[in-house]
Amino acid sequence: MEENILLDAIERYQNGEMSPEEKSYFEELRKHNSNIDEVAVEHLLFLEQFSKARNINSFKNTLNEVESKLESEGLISTNNRNDKAKVITLWRKYRRTIAVAACIAGIVSLSTASLVSLYSENKKVAVITPLVDNKLNQFEHKLNQMENKLNDATTVIEKPKFEANFRATGFLADGNGYLITNAHVVDNARNLIVENTKGEQFTAISVYSNPVTDLAILKITDTSFKKISALPYTFPKVTAELAQPVFTMGYPREEVVYGEGYLSAKSGFYGDTSSYQISISVNPGNSGGPVINKNGDIIGIISSKETNAEGVVFAVKSKNIYNALKEVKSNKEITIKLPQVNSLKGLDRVHQIKKIEDFIYKVKGN
Amino acid sequence: MKIYDDEKALIDGLAANDFDATEIIYRDNYPSIEAFILKNNGVHDDARDVFQEAMIILFERVQSGSFELTSLIKTYLYSVSRRIWLKKLQKLNRHYPALENVSEIVAVEDQIEMHDKVNRDLDRMQQSLSKMGEPCKSLLEAFYLEKKSMPEIAEAFGYTNADNAKNQKYKCLVRLKKLFFSQYKNEL
Repeated sequence: MEENILLDAIERYQNGEMSPEEKSYFEELRKHNSNIDEVAVEHLLFLEQFSKARNINSFKNTLNEVESKLESEGLISTNNRNDKAKVITLWRKYRRTIAVAACIAGIVSLSTASLVSLYSENKKVAVITPLVDNKLNQFEHKLNQMENKLNDATTVIEKPKFEANFRATGFLADGNGYLITNAHVVDNARNLIVENTKGEQFTAISVYSNPVTDLAILKITDTSFKKISALPYTFPKVTAELAQPVFTMGYPREEVVYGEGYLSAKSGFYGDTSSYQISISVNPGNSGGPVINKNGDIIGIISSKETNAEGVVFAVKSKNIYNALKEVKSNKEITIKLPQVNSLKGLDRVHQIKKIEDFIYKVKGN
Repeated sequence: MKIYDDEKALIDGLAANDFDATEIIYRDNYPSIEAFILKNNGVHDDARDVFQEAMIILFERVQSGSFELTSLIKTYLYSVSRRIWLKKLQKLNRHYPALENVSEIVAVEDQIEMHDKVNRDLDRMQQSLSKMGEPCKSLLEAFYLEKKSMPEIAEAFGYTNADNAKNQKYKCLVRLKKLFFSQYKNEL
């Protein structure tokens, strides 16, 4: 603990937070005790190194943003790498390693996860979020140990040690890193991590959550998140029609799962007009997933299902999102822009899914 | 988009990691460098990699305040990109392009060497950070980069009080240092 105090002193000294007496005492101490001086020099160098690394990292993000902007304008063209020797930059190499690591994790989790439904207050509606039990945590721990051993033998595997105790679904509403999911998913979470279909993980924070509508908005805080210029789907304000076929994508398993159904009522549980009743097969983990119609409009967000009836699922109407955005804007001064152009209309389902799946995220937390 | 009346303003914008300044520099310089690389056995992706690298070198220099306007941004970026591409070709054993007629416009060899060294250090830091994982990474960033106060951090990360957060920060820092310095040891 002594080192703790010393490092703290060094930082306060550096930031000019010391009183004059304390400052001269500290300088005296450095002068006469070479050990302390050494620690101070080393620590300051280390901090400089640290900020430099992060600085350059955020500059790289800017570069990538500029690049993708110019690319969309056609000023920069991509690849035609046809020949023998290739210059593979480091991060591309890592990306592949991460994907492999993610695959291994997926298989193990699947074989051990036991899914339990969380019951909400009225006991009739089960909230669709799985509680992954302790066993899974133990396995993850073992997996981490194995990975550490692997690390020694090979290169670095980028995988944060994060023990999640629930899993749900969320989707991007704004390419700047704003995701929509359910309030019940994030309300009691301390840390949140979202993961896309490529296995890239980002930390996120909740910027809005409303237990009444069961809507929450997350913001990806990781600097490694690359801004997405155009999302393919839109969010209609009008109520959708009965019998409309719909589909959803979510994470009842480690891998994204597709499901189809139809709109069975324009109101939800006990006549709740802010949601729809949908007949679709969903499982714990689907919570927060989008309900999409054949044109690629997101008409709702899966939130709960009735426990004593088969295939009765409730989804929050998408027009509630607009109210949520207004609240976020007035309370937190965050402007979130929903996509305005739908590029999914007229495509067949397989192609629609291909365009959508990158933006459906797994939401994990503890 | 803001208007930059001179190179100095662009340099200041770049040093502050400003999106618009970066974009302008990109627009003004990328095409000529891409043309150079395509002409010399490279493909589009090579041009992107090389140009990014050159931009980072420029960024490092303007950030450290050691970039003086003795040369234009254009000539500087061109010289750096050219050196980087030549080095890459050497490593890949591709054919040397015919460059005899192009003289060195700005002496950048030392700067590139230095950048390579700095880059290795940065890579080490980056790897240590990613090995460390969350929430340690965000915690250290919040404190050292975003300069948030301990009570703010305690609140954001859900620690019961500032002392707790401070303690956690210390543990994370020690872990990061260990990871970082162990890479140096491995090298010896």
